[in-house]
Amino acid sequence: MTLDFPRNIQIHPSSLSREVLTCLLLLFSSGLLTAQDKSECLSCHEEKTLTGTRGGKKVSLFVDQKKFESSIHGTLQCIDCHAALTGKEMPHEVPVAPVQCGACHDGEEKLQRESLHHKAVERGDKLAPTCATCHGNHEIVRAKDRNSPITPMKIPYLCGRCHQEGTKVSRDRNIPQHEILENFSESIHGEGLLRKGLIVAPSCISCHTPHFILPHTDARSSISRKNIASTCTQCHAEIESVHRKVIKGELWEKQANVLPACVDCHQPHKVRKVFYNQGMADADCMRCHQEPQIRASGDGRSLFVDQSSVSHSMHKKIACSQCHSEVNASRRRACETIKNKVDCASCHAEAGQQFQKSMHGILVEKKDPNGPTCKECHGTHAVGGRREPSSPIFPTNIPDLCAKCHQEGKKAAMRYTGSEHEIIKRYTESIHGKGLLKSGLTVTATCTDCHTAHSVQPQANDSSSVNPTNLPSTCGRCHHGIQEQFVNSVHAKKAGGIEKKLPVCNDCHTAHTIRRTDADGFRLEIMQKCGRCHEKIAATYFETYHGKVTQLGYTKTAKCYDCHGSHDILAVADPKSHLSHGNVVQTCQKCHTGANRRFAGYLTHATHHDPEKYPFLFWTFWGMTGLLVGTFFISGVHTLLWLPRAIRMKRERKQLNSEAAKPKSQESAKGR
Amino acid sequence: MIVSFLSLAITGMSLKFSYTGWASFLARALGGFESAGYIHRVAAVTMFGIFITHIVDLIRRKRQEFGTWKAMLGGSHTMLPTREDWRDLVASVKWFLNRGPRPPFGRWTYWEKFDYFAVFWGVFIIGATGLMLWFSEFFTLFVPGWFINVATIIHSDEALLAVGFIFTVHFFNTHLRPEKFPMDLVIFTGYIPLDEFKEERPREYAELVKSGKLEDLFVVPYPSIVLRTVKIFGWTALSLGFAIIVMIIYAMVFAYQ
Repeated sequence: MTLDFPRNIQIHPSSLSREVLTCLLLLFSSGLLTAQDKSECLSCHEEKTLTGTRGGKKVSLFVDQKKFESSIHGTLQCIDCHAALTGKEMPHEVPVAPVQCGACHDGEEKLQRESLHHKAVERGDKLAPTCATCHGNHEIVRAKDRNSPITPMKIPYLCGRCHQEGTKVSRDRNIPQHEILENFSESIHGEGLLRKGLIVAPSCISCHTPHFILPHTDARSSISRKNIASTCTQCHAEIESVHRKVIKGELWEKQANVLPACVDCHQPHKVRKVFYNQGMADADCMRCHQEPQIRASGDGRSLFVDQSSVSHSMHKKIACSQCHSEVNASRRRACETIKNKVDCASCHAEAGQQFQKSMHGILVEKKDPNGPTCKECHGTHAVGGRREPSSPIFPTNIPDLCAKCHQEGKKAAMRYTGSEHEIIKRYTESIHGKGLLKSGLTVTATCTDCHTAHSVQPQANDSSSVNPTNLPSTCGRCHHGIQEQFVNSVHAKKAGGIEKKLPVCNDCHTAHTIRRTDADGFRLEIMQKCGRCHEKIAATYFETYHGKVTQLGYTKTAKCYDCHGSHDILAVADPKSHLSHGNVVQTCQKCHTGANRRFAGYLTHATHHDPEKYPFLFWTFWGMTGLLVGTFFISGVHTLLWLPRAIRMKRERKQLNSEAAKPKSQESAKGR
Repeated sequence: MIVSFLSLAITGMSLKFSYTGWASFLARALGGFESAGYIHRVAAVTMFGIFITHIVDLIRRKRQEFGTWKAMLGGSHTMLPTREDWRDLVASVKWFLNRGPRPPFGRWTYWEKFDYFAVFWGVFIIGATGLMLWFSEFFTLFVPGWFINVATIIHSDEALLAVGFIFTVHFFNTHLRPEKFPMDLVIFTGYIPLDEFKEERPREYAELVKSGKLEDLFVVPYPSIVLRTVKIFGWTALSLGFAIIVMIIYAMVFAYQ
């Protein structure tokens, strides 16, 4: 936001001389009066047409009595301020000596005398402001009055009259800052004040003081390197305790010369946009670290930094010292004061907090060598964004990234004691893995989509994204429509008295081997999945036609969810269920186009083992069994008795034949 | 009829015992359950055709050879069980137990009559329930849905009875008993050697000798190529039948679920 500053309001640069002229004119117009009483003065100055010349320009000398009397000085007499006219005859002579505000406001005057503004007045700078430039003259109201030009909301406008880009002051005077007002209005301070109307938000005078305005090079200045910290801590009182990486508590104030001052990072007028003196700091570091041979004295690891890798990374605008934060610029080797490793969380606070609670973070906390830190996944100087295809955290690279530890045989897989195995291989073959890696769909779920990037926690943790209670919403981040159905289903609602664990997404779809639900594998295995809880109903399914065909390895007959529904599964008694009285015929008609009401009476889970529930089937079965057993028994006995006798008969005939030794007849006789 | 029966048995049993490995192997080998079902239905229609053809043939014979049903069904060649059959059965059991001579069988033995009516009954029961399962959407316009469940049980158990009986009891009675072993070719050729005829059906032989018609029935045996072909077919059918029995026993005894 850029502040739309009212450029047309301009106070004449020298109001002092105006007052002088006022008195001068008064003197000529009514020479007989003594200037002692307000009414006497006003007898001339209440004339709206009263004018005088000042600096060659015609100016009004009118004093609005009403406004004056309602001003903070309303009870004073004119001569209390225009002291030079005390006892003087009216009309008084001109020019009248300037009003000395300091006669009453001596504290402010003392400070103001030292300020840049007053020095400019002393130099005779025509652009220099006096008291009246900021405060006005006869109509001064309390600073808290919303009409006051020095009310906090108006201060940026007031200062901006001169310090806005394009004014004479900004053009002709040596002011090192540019676009002050514009930058301020975009800063967090300006936003607070001007956009959110927080009058506690700092305006110009909060840092520069109202009267003691000095250049930052002056040691006494509120914005000098030495004092800036105490200026900022007027509001940011606890900043030292939260800025521990940079300023280490009290050191900041005691050794402000060696430590970065607030404005080193937070550019004046642009606060929020953290500013570092990058080029310089990086150059200092690179003086040594650009050497390919540079190695750590301790463990001999390479300390070479390829600057081109940084300059293509996400951190290309970040200075070395922002991450390697404990540097001391006053040392020849600024880095020798570094004691701790880079803490990414000092900028990436949210990710850092999540990481601390994650399994990875806990391992790191325990100093477990298996615990991955930020750089294990994100790399170091070449850190890339997740939209950068070459980055290790680009979606298609994530399975490989996690595989570095979680592949079978690798360190994380060896620690793991749960039931998921070969996760990387299985994921790669799953619908998500194929979508991501074969079809190249970067929106497909990858490891971090389900497990999160920084809050990776074991499934058993309540706050884990893959904990059963959270899983539907985790999957629902992509499969939202499914989640909507599921949360209203019988599996999601704790139906009365069910103590058993209710199934969530992975109980049917698995975690890492998720397949297309129209693929044979899924359709054939769903009965086992449902059957883990619905044992009897799944067993009886296999006693009827649908189940028998399924057992032969075919998918076309109805599976559990073809009739019961999948995510919107409801109790059969529920009128909205696919199997309710109102819907069941329609459900059958999905396959059996000619299905009718009686057809739907087919018992899809019938068993002939239950005489109470299915007496017809039970007795039919046992009737048939009786028939079979009876028939086989009688004919079996008949056969078994016959066999030995037949064998003997054949033997007898052989004997008979050999005795007779007759040649066999060549004739045949008709049998039927 | 043999082809139709075997096809029905193989496709049907693979569905009945779908929990076994051989069942899913067979279903796959037959081109999937859909094509197995198709084979089953085609074979069923064939069986219905044979059944109807037989009924038509009976009517034709009645008209041409006997004139009245009474003459046909009351004569010595009747398929209906008679008092003589009962006597033969009792005498046979006595013979089995060495308590008497083998009864002199006539045109049809009692076990042949039993087989005949078993098929008659089986085609009717299995056929009717099969049609009900096939056209369940139509039949449930008249009967409640659970009839289909009942029909399933009857269809499958009756089929088990038929298959089990044919491939064991019938196989023994007809082909495997020592005097016939390994196979009685009469079903394929329509002819029986005279010696065998004398021993197997002495009553009919006596009748033919008495009436002097015996010589009229003498024929020249089929050339060996025909007999060999017929034997190969017979052996295939027998082997398939035994294989089915083995598979059923395996499914019922070792893999029952």
